[in-house]
Amino acid sequence: MSTLKVLSEDFSNWTCEACGETLVPRPVTLDYLESRFRVELPACPRCGLVLVPESLALGKMAEVERLLEDK
Amino acid sequence: MDQAELHRIEARCIQEEPPRCRAACPLHVDAREFCTLLAAGRIDAAWAVLCRTLPLPGILARICDAPCRAACLRSQCGGGIDMAALERFCATSARKTPPLHPLPSRGKNAAIIGCGLPALAAAWDLARKGFAVRIHCRAMADIPASAYLEDCPTDIVERELERLRTLGVTFVEDAEPAPKLVEALLAATDAVFVDPRACPAEALGIPAPDPTTLETTRPGLFAAPSPAPGTSPAALAALGRKAALSIERLMQGASLTAGREREAPFASRLYTNISDVAPLAPVPVPPTGYDDTSAREEARRCLRCECMECVRHCAYLEHFKGYPKTYARQIYNNASIVMGTRQANTLINSCMLCGLCEELCPEHFPMVALCLDARRDMVQRGKMPPSAHEFALRDMTFANGESCAVAKLQPGTTTNRWVFFPGCQLPASAPDAVERTYAHLRETLPGGTALLLRCCGAPAHWSGRQDLFAASVDALRADWEALGTPTLVTACPTCAQMLREHLPEANTASLWAVLGQYGMPPSPAVPAGPLCLHDPCTTRHDDALRAQVRTLCAALGITPTEPSLSGRLTECCGFGGLLADANAPLAATVAARRAEKLDGTGLTYCAMCRDLLAQAGKPCLHLLDLLFPADDTPPTPRPAPGISKRRENRVRLRERLMDTLWREANAPRPEHESLAIAYTPAAKEIMEKRRILESDVARTLFAAKRDGHILARAGSPRRLATHRPSTVTYWVEFECDAAGGYVVHNAWSHRMRVSGVES
Ligand code: SF4
Ligand code: SF4
Ligand code: SF4
Ligand SMILES: [Zn+2]
Repeated sequence: MSTLKVLSEDFSNWTCEACGETLVPRPVTLDYLESRFRVELPACPRCGLVLVPESLALGKMAEVERLLEDK
Repeated sequence: MDQAELHRIEARCIQEEPPRCRAACPLHVDAREFCTLLAAGRIDAAWAVLCRTLPLPGILARICDAPCRAACLRSQCGGGIDMAALERFCATSARKTPPLHPLPSRGKNAAIIGCGLPALAAAWDLARKGFAVRIHCRAMADIPASAYLEDCPTDIVERELERLRTLGVTFVEDAEPAPKLVEALLAATDAVFVDPRACPAEALGIPAPDPTTLETTRPGLFAAPSPAPGTSPAALAALGRKAALSIERLMQGASLTAGREREAPFASRLYTNISDVAPLAPVPVPPTGYDDTSAREEARRCLRCECMECVRHCAYLEHFKGYPKTYARQIYNNASIVMGTRQANTLINSCMLCGLCEELCPEHFPMVALCLDARRDMVQRGKMPPSAHEFALRDMTFANGESCAVAKLQPGTTTNRWVFFPGCQLPASAPDAVERTYAHLRETLPGGTALLLRCCGAPAHWSGRQDLFAASVDALRADWEALGTPTLVTACPTCAQMLREHLPEANTASLWAVLGQYGMPPSPAVPAGPLCLHDPCTTRHDDALRAQVRTLCAALGITPTEPSLSGRLTECCGFGGLLADANAPLAATVAARRAEKLDGTGLTYCAMCRDLLAQAGKPCLHLLDLLFPADDTPPTPRPAPGISKRRENRVRLRERLMDTLWREANAPRPEHESLAIAYTPAAKEIMEKRRILESDVARTLFAAKRDGHILARAGSPRRLATHRPSTVTYWVEFECDAAGGYVVHNAWSHRMRVSGVES
């Protein structure tokens, strides 16, 4: 599975509060209804907490959710 | 639904039936399409419609005497469309005649005896279908008289006959049409048609032919009895067309009779409502015939007959740009998809199941059953989109949960004759009114009144979740039995409908009937301005309930007006069938459309109707607002509570009643409610739109704080909390205030699960 790049913004000013680490781009697996994608998202390098920004959640992600629901 | 079932359902919708003009025309010219184009000034396109249908259009368009006119629906409001004059105008004004494209030769030949309209029409049709055709007549000079062409300009007649020749038709001036010629031609060709204007069947001494096929006892010979004097030219041409079709079928070895039921003029099943059509007389035809302006004006009188009775009155049916017949097919196709996108999921889930269409439809098309069955089928096959109804189903679970549900006897009693069942939406919308109503019922109803707070199960029913619905009805029945099977006093018309249909063993009575019978509240308050009564769509078939409400209004001294669609024809507010969940923008359109039909302040007796109309900007009151006002001032329309407030209202109501009436401890409030959370107005608006509850946000902040799932951005006081309690991941953008509380600025969610991160 190739990794899709879905975000163009820079997230290097975000940190994970629990770990104190700066978020870095990481390949992340997303699941919905029997479908699986690998996308690059900002994540905490220590605990793996992933950031899903509003624009992604309400944009591309919502679109894909809808498509999968009608499959 | 199988194919046969689909066809049965499809056939119920008559929208695709031909208009009366077309059905009555012996050649089935579509006057509706013709007039539509002509009215738009598209003369060449209108001419093309005639050329597509008429044999020798240049001639027929000039001599047609429009037998459709008597059948035209316009004749009931002003006078039938003058198709004869319109055809003539079109024939003389068109600048472009579509080219003829005959089919390749079939190597078969046909002979036609005579040169009247039946002969010419048969030749035209056969030649276009690739048959070699010979017309045998006494003399070409006979043609004008035999075909009623005396008034047709000679050059026009010549041009049309020339077109026949271009199609390969040859004329033979050889003989008297006599039985001897028939025999000779039968021996030499594949089929023979004898024009009855030249030689009727009776003159041939051949038994009268079967009128649908013109077949005779002589194989290959087609003939007809002598047409009655004054037979319309179109009917004569249709006779020739019939012969041509029979000959074609004979040569193909196909059935001569199959599927010809609608060849002759027939009565269309199409229904068109003309109750709102103003009469309009035909445009007089000047001696020189119509000109551009008068033709357009006459064509504009065409009603463009169609049914669409249901579509005109349902924003949902209109929205998807079709009509029930097309939807039935889309729904069927949707169910048949194995791989690929199901195009009709939203269509299926957007019907309000309100039944108005069925009431209006002359054929009672079963749209509700179609959509509900499709939903059940989707649920059963695991294909129902989770997002479609999840919010409503969660809300139902919440209403039936320990923080909202109540099943208790009237304090201080051991048996009760009655139980007040307000449903789950009334407590969410107007908890105080519920409390005051229950107090009044306890005082006035003989034999004690219990209270049952829970949902009737409508959301499960509407979403096609039969298992969940059955469980919900079972739980309701168990509560009711535990209370000693008292008479259920319903305030919500949806509950009343659900109980009647799914808990038939229970006695029910509407709150309105009970108030009328056992005593009105002591101090109702009536607003001064005009009120307009909106019947909820779930009362469509409950004449008694609607009457009880009107009686109650009369007792209050008010006579509300009613919108154009009322009573049995009332419209849904947009809540039915869970439309707001599946298609929020459409629900808003529906509510706005309904609100617009109500004059003055709206008055209704369903909490959801009231709230949705209020949300659409309509000042709207619930009957209980009048009966049990907060104080003795006339009630003013309140805004609709948001999704979080609705839940809070239910919880508070239960807590208050437990405290004050039964003096029992309430269930403890969940931990996350201990957080002090404030919302910016923007956040509140966003959450309402995205259907994110305050409790979802509180839970997220609580869990994020506990688990440390918080992200921060350098240089900003705002932080981001995340939590996935079940199938949805929430994100909350917040700020902490000095006192340790939270200020929420924004929230969003998604269903996709973040399941793994690679390091
Ligand atoms: S009103 Fe128009 S569509 Fe209707 S029957 Fe007459 S010509 Fe046909
Ligand atoms: S919303 Fe009501 S009127 Fe419209 S199709 Fe559905 S049941 Fe019929
Ligand atoms: S009312 Fe609607 S469903 Fe019924 S025949 Fe007309 S278009 Fe079809
Ligand atoms: Zn971390």
